Amino acid sequence: MRIPLMMITAALVVAACGGQQAEQPAPQPAPPPVDSTAIKERMRQDSIAAAERARAEAEARARAEAEARAAAERARAALRAELALMINFEFDKSAVMPGDMANLDRKAAILNANAGLRIRVAGHADERGSDEYNFALGNRRAEAAKRYLANKGIDGSRIEVVSFGEERPVDPASTEAAWAKNRRAEFEILAGGDALVAPR
Amino acid sequence: MKGPLLTAVIGLALVSGVEGQDTTSVDRGVRVGITYSPGVRPRIVMLPGPGLDSVRAVLHRDLDHSDRFEMLLLTGEAGPTNGELNYALYRALGAAFGVDVSAAGEAVNVRLHDLVGGRIRNQLTLPLPSLDDPDARMAIHRAADEVVRWVTGTPGIAASRLLFVSGRRVYRVDADGADLTPVTPEDETALSPAWAPDGQRMVYTRFGEGTGELIVQTLTTGARLTVPTTGSGLNYAASFAADGRSLAFTRTAEGGTEIYSANVAELCCVRRLTVGRFADNLSPTYSPDGRRLAFVSTRAGPAQIYVMSADGTDQELFAPFDYGVTGSSYAPDWSPDGALITFHRDVAGSPQIFVMEAGTRRVRQLTSAGRNEDPTWAPDGRHIAFISDRTGRRQLWLVDTESGRIRQIHTPGIARLPAWSRRLSAAVTGANP
Repeated sequence: MRIPLMMITAALVVAACGGQQAEQPAPQPAPPPVDSTAIKERMRQDSIAAAERARAEAEARARAEAEARAAAERARAALRAELALMINFEFDKSAVMPGDMANLDRKAAILNANAGLRIRVAGHADERGSDEYNFALGNRRAEAAKRYLANKGIDGSRIEVVSFGEERPVDPASTEAAWAKNRRAEFEILAGGDALVAPR
Repeated sequence: MKGPLLTAVIGLALVSGVEGQDTTSVDRGVRVGITYSPGVRPRIVMLPGPGLDSVRAVLHRDLDHSDRFEMLLLTGEAGPTNGELNYALYRALGAAFGVDVSAAGEAVNVRLHDLVGGRIRNQLTLPLPSLDDPDARMAIHRAADEVVRWVTGTPGIAASRLLFVSGRRVYRVDADGADLTPVTPEDETALSPAWAPDGQRMVYTRFGEGTGELIVQTLTTGARLTVPTTGSGLNYAASFAADGRSLAFTRTAEGGTEIYSANVAELCCVRRLTVGRFADNLSPTYSPDGRRLAFVSTRAGPAQIYVMSADGTDQELFAPFDYGVTGSSYAPDWSPDGALITFHRDVAGSPQIFVMEAGTRRVRQLTSAGRNEDPTWAPDGRHIAFISDRTGRRQLWLVDTESGRIRQIHTPGIARLPAWSRRLSAAVTGANP
């Protein structure tokens, strides 16, 4: 069985090289089982190649999609980070400071572009003033942020307000620098944060 | 023209009140302490005797901490108290009164000797205490308070306790610093405890994520109930009225911080008492007759102390202040005799304890060292507990407003938001939760 197989292979190779040697006698028909094996092998190789091509294409497509998804997720994360940017306040004051207005304007734009988005504003105070008073002060600060957003056209029902008073300092030190950091309003997404779109 | 009338009413309410206060020798329209002159504190001595040293030690410390006596310390054996007491000897030492303690079967006799008159003036009997039983300690405290009453006309304050917040929990501690016990569950964040006048219940805030509901807890049984409508928003800084039924509290919600009242006996009848518009109203404290509430308001800008009728009418400034000069004022507490309000006020950037006479509205500053805040009256309307960082971290301190004598109650962690009980009867201190 080895000789015919080699012959067949040779013939196939010749045939594959073109018609220059057409004067040669036609090869004997190969026994079907042998022929089938070779063809199957070629087909197998072809199909492997095709599968690999397809896989490569799919992978490239998936990569592109993943990259697009990642980019979109990065964009959404960036939007979420912008939403979460805290604002600070002066001692015993609840007025939004001019330096924080761009921050809140951006939040308003994101809220405008995402009708399903709901947020919670948490007001915080430094340790001065009574513990009890600081809950009221934290509440006033969160309210001030909410009012600012409402004035930019955001429906108040999408903004929840809570106060932590002086219970959750970001810096527990008793210094001016720590107090300045602790006088703040934090923003948290309650709903609609998964499919954020950027404002136009 | 309202002041004197109200004072008279408060006086009547107290005369008909509980806790066996001596109403014959003390003019209730005036500050407690009128029967006592600062600087001439009577000299008292704990007389030596066989056994019962621990009882004697607790009594000695209680009498000392009443700040109404000069404690005479004996350096040597001054003679037995069984049988004849050598009155002349103690008179020679300058002692006006002597207290002796003696065992009588299953009981302990406590006797007050009038050393000048050379006679036994008063005596009482209490069950022989087991030394490490906190209830037994309370029985000795009550005996000490009686001795104070025998001499001064006004009972002492040893049989009382304080609630305060440390970490996330409310703790309870005896007025002498003993028996420190957590009273709220470990998995809760608790704030602003306040006693019910009966000494059996307290109210506190179970704090969540920026919200808080008011829980009334029976200290003896641990039974708890939620005050109606406090399940939303942040509800805190509550104050019981003297009847133990009405509760005034602070609610912080969208729209501002306002004072409400509720009936916790029938769990009903929630009323809003203040309408802040652009100001906050918080931290109410009932007058002892339940007719008025002192509270904090920002209606003039900085936080200051105001007063209103218990139904929310007749709101007016209470503690005078100079706009732009006087510091913000917080955390008022009305004294048990109605005569005084204590609060803390910012002085040069640090909170300090102040006392105001309700009648004259005269204000005086009590502390000046460190940060001192959240004062609460002792049952005698003369001592105040507050939080101070004078030794570093925030701890519980007690001060005698008459003598200025001060002492610390040591707690393992930072202490906050103290509340001093009224005098506690045996029925109240019977069982621990």
